[in-house]
Amino acid sequence: MKILYFAWLRERLNRDSETVALPETVETVADLMDWLAERDEAFALATENRRLIRAAIDDELVDHATPIAGAQTVALFPPMTGG
Amino acid sequence: MSVRLQSQTFDPGAEANAFLERADGAGAAVTFTGLVRSTPVHPITSMTLEHYPTLAQRQLEDLRERALERFDLIDAEIIHRHGTLYPGEPIVQVMTLAHHRHAAFDAANFLMDTLKTTAPFWKKEEGPEGTKWVQARQSDDEAADRWQ
Repeated sequence: MKILYFAWLRERLNRDSETVALPETVETVADLMDWLAERDEAFALATENRRLIRAAIDDELVDHATPIAGAQTVALFPPMTGG
Repeated sequence: MSVRLQSQTFDPGAEANAFLERADGAGAAVTFTGLVRSTPVHPITSMTLEHYPTLAQRQLEDLRERALERFDLIDAEIIHRHGTLYPGEPIVQVMTLAHHRHAAFDAANFLMDTLKTTAPFWKKEEGPEGTKWVQARQSDDEAADRWQ
């Protein structure tokens, strides 16, 4: 599964994407963030305030409780500042 | 194209005229232009807009469809730039066409309030004191919420 990072999250992690193989225990977006935080301290620090992290699964905005089963791409990013 | 994402700057007047030329039988057209702003209190030399292309295109197309239906519009168009932008340049332009003015105004307002919190763009400002990511504002969330 591919993960995309944007904006200051991308900068703090020093990468714009990565491909991961997830254990079955990771079911939702929240689980994914827990798992990423466990394996990478930079991610844990950057996402300390989970409310500031938004997610999209395959080009659709989702909340943290959404299951990621079958997702090709999960994107994680800070609140948008467009317009 | 009704939803256009591009890095090159555009001429707000020319875009508005082109939009109006396609108007047929409409009584009301509203154009909103968002500009890159540098002020003495908050000077910037440039702004960089990062975006998530596929999600942005989809979000804005969906948003336009919602506006067409909710406000019974004849047409609507959204232009949003990304990349490096300079003070005075346009960032975004929203144009609406309706039979009467209230729908045209309200739809433009709805489009801007909603896209500010749901379109995946992130602004970074470059200035004399360095580079800084613009923070999302609670007032923007509140503005979007009032349309729910």
